[in-house]
Parts: sequence; C-alpha cells; structure tokens
Amino acid sequence: MAGKTVYDKIWDAHVVAERDDGMTILYVDRHLLHEVTSPQAFEGLALAGRSPWRRDANLATPDHNVPTTNRARGIDGIDDPVAREQVVVLDQNCTRYGIEQFAMTDRRQGIVHVIGPEQGATLPGMTIVCGDSHTSTHGAFAALAHGIGTSEVEHVLATQCLVQRKSRNMRIVVDGELPFGTTAKDMILNIIGIIGTAGATGHAIEYAGSAVRALSMEARMTLCNMSIEAGARAGLVAVDDTTLNYVHGRPFAPRGAMWDRAEDYWRSLVSDADANFDTEIGLDATAIVPQVTWGTSPELVLGIDANVPAPEDFDDPAKRELCGRALAYMDLEPGTPIASVPVDRVFIGSCTNGRIEDLRAAAAVLDGRRVAASVTQAMAVPGSGLVKEQAEAEGLDAIFRAAGFEWRDPGCSMCLAMNDDRLYPGERSAATSNRNFEGRQGHQGRTHLVSPAMAAAAAVAGHFTDVRELA
Amino acid sequence: MKAFQQNEGTVALLDRANVDTDQIIPKQFLKSIRRTGFGDNLFDAWRYLDEGEIGKNANERRINHDFILNEPRYAGASILLARENFGCGSSREHAVWALLEYGFRCVIAPSFADIFFNNSLKNGLLPVVLAKEDVDQLFGIVHREVGYTLRVDLGTQTVKGSGFAAHFDIEPEPKRLLMDGLDDIGATLAHADAIREFESRHRQRMPWVFARDGNTA
Ligand code: SF4
Repeated sequence: MAGKTVYDKIWDAHVVAERDDGMTILYVDRHLLHEVTSPQAFEGLALAGRSPWRRDANLATPDHNVPTTNRARGIDGIDDPVAREQVVVLDQNCTRYGIEQFAMTDRRQGIVHVIGPEQGATLPGMTIVCGDSHTSTHGAFAALAHGIGTSEVEHVLATQCLVQRKSRNMRIVVDGELPFGTTAKDMILNIIGIIGTAGATGHAIEYAGSAVRALSMEARMTLCNMSIEAGARAGLVAVDDTTLNYVHGRPFAPRGAMWDRAEDYWRSLVSDADANFDTEIGLDATAIVPQVTWGTSPELVLGIDANVPAPEDFDDPAKRELCGRALAYMDLEPGTPIASVPVDRVFIGSCTNGRIEDLRAAAAVLDGRRVAASVTQAMAVPGSGLVKEQAEAEGLDAIFRAAGFEWRDPGCSMCLAMNDDRLYPGERSAATSNRNFEGRQGHQGRTHLVSPAMAAAAAVAGHFTDVRELA
Repeated sequence: MKAFQQNEGTVALLDRANVDTDQIIPKQFLKSIRRTGFGDNLFDAWRYLDEGEIGKNANERRINHDFILNEPRYAGASILLARENFGCGSSREHAVWALLEYGFRCVIAPSFADIFFNNSLKNGLLPVVLAKEDVDQLFGIVHREVGYTLRVDLGTQTVKGSGFAAHFDIEPEPKRLLMDGLDDIGATLAHADAIREFESRHRQRMPWVFARDGNTA
C-alpha cells in the first residue's frame, strides 16, 4: 500500500463516518468566526432551535468591517450604521452562545488568520475552518484548513462536522535558495502565474522543497494564504522544527507533558516517502524575481524586470480575452515596463502580509527614506493588536511615520475596502494583499499585488521599482 | 432551502471566464446581516454606471446599457450560462443569495470554483457542469435565438432545449436534498451518536485540541 501524504493523515484522523454516497463526515477541531459571514449562520441556528455543538471549538473576532482609526471608542467609533450593526450582532451572538471573542477593544483583536496562529489556536494536525476563503493560511502549520460558506458555518456550529469529498493531492516542490530581495509572496505569485487561478482546483496543495523548508512560519503563512488564488481550498506545509518552535509557548498551545505527547504526534505529520501525489509541480527558487501583478486576476503577474503583455502573447483565446479586458480595466498599454507604472496609494497589511516580519521587511526599505510626493497615501495596517504592539516595541511605527506612512489599527482594511480605507475610481495601488479583482479595493480602483518590501519600494519611488536595487 | 426539481426559463449569457464573487456581489453589500436584499446589487459594478452603496434605490441608479444582463432580451432569465471557473475568489455565500434573488435558479458552466459550487447546492441554486463544447454550442444558440429557453431537469439530470440536449452529473445526496428542499444539518445530525463517539475517542488521542489554557482538557 502506498504511503500517506500529510493531507491524507490529517483527513484520516478526522473521519467520523463515511456516508453511503461516498461523502465523508469530517470532524472540525477549530472554527474561527468573523462578523461578515456569521450573522446569517447564527440566525439559522436560532430559527432551527439548535445550539453550538462544542462552544470551545470556536473563536471569534471582528476584522473585515472595523475602522483602522479612532479605535479607543470601540464599537461606537464605527460611523457606518450598517457596519456597526454587524459588529454588534457578532458581539451579541458570542455572548448568547458563550463563544470566546476578541472584541474590538481587546488587544488580541485582529484578522482571523493572524490571530489563530498567534494565539496557538491553530495547531498542527487540526482541521480548521472559517467562513473566509483565506483560511488556507493555517495550513502552514500542517493543519487541514479551508474556507467555507455561511451555510457551512451554520453546519459546523450545529454539528462540529463538515460533509466533504476528499480532494486530490498536489505537491509543489520549490528547491534552491530564494534570491536576495525575493520573498514567499514572490514565490506564491510566481506559482499562481504558472498554474493559473484554477490550476489547483479540487486539490489540496503541499508545498515542499528546500526553499519552502527554509521559510519562517510567517512566510509559510503567506505562501499557504494564497492557495485559494490557485483554486485550491487548502494548502499546507509539513511539520518541522520551525513549526514546533513557533507554536511552543503560545497561549492556547499545550504545555508540559501534554506538549510532549502532542510533539510525538505532530512529528508524524510529514508525507511518507512513498506517498502518492496526483499532480506534482517543480520550481527553481533561484530563478524567482520580485513579482508585480499587472491585471485583474492574480495569475496576471510579471517579474519587476518585465513588460506588460499584449493579448497576442497568449495562445489560448480565453486568456487573450482576459488579457484584453484586464489591460482596459487597468489602463495599461502592452509593452509598458511594469517598473514605470506610477502608484497612487500603498497598502501594507492583510492576512497575506500583515505580520511582524512583513512590517520589518517594509520598514527596512523605508528606514531613512520618504514616500514620494506623488503618492496620495501610504498605509501600514498591522494584522493584529499584538503585531501592532510588537512593531511599536521595535520602533517600526516610528520608521513608517517618519517615511510618511499612516500607522493604523488592525483589521482587513484596504484589502477589501469594506471600511473607509479604499481606492477611488481610476486610482492605482501597490498592495500586499491577495486579490486584484476589479473593484476589490474600491469602485474602479486598480490593484497591483506585491511583497511588503516591493510595496515600500514603490512608495518611495512613486512607481514600481526593483527593491533589490534600493538595498 | 428552495427545492429544485426542474426549471424552464430564458437563458442569459455571461461570456467571461473566472467571474469572481467580488463581481457577483461587491463587498459593500456584505455588511448586511440578512440573507435577502442582494438581488438589486448582483453584478453591481457591471450593471450600473454609478457606484453602488447599500440602501441606494435601484430605480435611481444609472444603468449600464452595455452590460449584457441589461439587454431586454434577457429580462426574466432564470438560467445563467457562464464560462470556466465561475464563482472563484471569496467564500461569500451572498453571491449565491444575490443570484437567486435576481431570479436565477441554475448556472451552467464548464467549471465552478469549489466553495461557490458548495454554497449553491446548499441554497437551491443548481450548478450544472457541462462539457466545454456543449457550453460553446449553447452560447452560439442563445446568441442567435432571442428568447431561447432551456429546461433543466434535476430528476433526469438533463438540460434540454430546441436543438440541444445534454446530461449532467451530480452527487446523489445533494441531489436528494435539492429535490426535497432540505438542509443538510438534519442529515448530519442523524449521525449524532457517531459524532459523539468520535469526539470522545479524539479527546483521548489528541487532548490538546480540546485544551484552552495549555494543559487542561
Ligand atoms: S485581510 Fe483580506 S483576504 Fe484576509 S481575511 Fe481580511 S479581507 Fe479576507
């Protein structure tokens, strides 16, 4: 019998029952909740007279809708009455059902995918779900983590299970050393550029290879975060010392004898040598250059040294059409060097790149430099209250401020622009988030996805520029 | 959930691949805590020329007459014909609610994004996967024949119209739930004993999953 992949092992450890129709009832260890995708689920639960199956599996925080200024006023500080109601309703639901919440004024509040790992609520081997597609982030811990819709949020609350069909296994092996100035963000953008936004549909991805092993936990989270942008619901990395060192000592993580037991088990969360992958892809890390997306899909991405393509450059008619539409929306001419494209606003933050290492990388570029006069706004938005505290303790806030950045409070912010942080029609951003869809950061806004260092470099230059030349 | 047995209706076209859920229902409308009220804002940024805001009266909006769903021939359509990877991106179920409220009961495409596909099944919006050649053929027919209708029958798993017939696959359990309009929570709770048994075994094996302060389970 062939060996098992990490995904197979976690899956097998959570099978409650196989249904006659071939679907599996899978047990959910951790359920994260936020204000946008949970209210209708709680309402459904109440209407059916049901209550949460296991309250302590749940952890909630408001993140999508919260303002990133004026936070001392808590919920009252949300000017938009509709947004405020949503945060209030999360509060009420958590109180009513006894679910732990890091509320708006809690110093641990932040983006769900930042706080789970930070608290040790995300542990290796767990099944983790959240009504948010970037739940794949938690796969960095060798957890099986994926996004679900609101009906599934209700299903998990009521039954502690999900009905699933097993995905296929895909392995993406990145070998070699990432060159100076390139990051996990460049790695994942490069991968999506190669396999496309539907390239991993129906698969769980395991990222492997020496370049992945060399990444810190935060960088692995960046990598796994964007698995969904390649079409995979889940992406993961096997357990190693880096994983265990990160988890050790976190508030929700086991201690003492229980840690030892857990560690014994966690060490087994690596794919067996004879495990079978349905799809395998190999990539040479040494060839990766800093990436910038130019279009309205994350797969429309270029190295910083390249030029914007023309529809004729694509063989596939669908791609040609996608390219034409993206050029028009992004207001770009084919052949334009991406490094000559000016930016109006710079956003550093999100569940992709809002952790402490991301802020450090951006601050390293900004230290002693100023945001270009042509840039309307540059914003740094820490992923959580604790990330913000840490950054302030290291003096990073002072560097951001001195460079002309606004230093904000934690939340999703301009990643999806549900609050006031946004692009205005025709404006162009350099953003460290994960989606460049039409209107994502504001009606008719134009988003270019980059790493934190590349975003900082663009802020300083006023246009995209090769961060390797600034160092 | 709305039951789905069959639907006969006009077919509307959306000839682009990778339509993401940010397009289907833009984020400003996700602030609502309800499941309804999204129909007027389906494809908001494409359908209207002015910027959509929650609470704006749809009758006072500037219509984008170049957007295909605004063409009179597609008014009242209940079937949406789309391209590859429909519904990619965010997991927002609001996208499905918006399509349903607008009047669609079925989306036909060569492929769907996983989360959107699941969300559809749970709300009585039938996602039908047809071969790319069949979808191409249908695009051609609908383009030519104004008011072209299809009959989608879940029982027989068929899509039929004048000059077109195809069979589609669907898993038996979601099919049963859709036919009867049942939610699947009840079906899973029928396994409550198995869940409890699993849970107690799991707690023995992996107590740290259940511990909240580090070492008590
Ligand atoms: S930061 Fe962006 S992608 Fe991440 S959870 Fe928030 S809105 Fe979603």
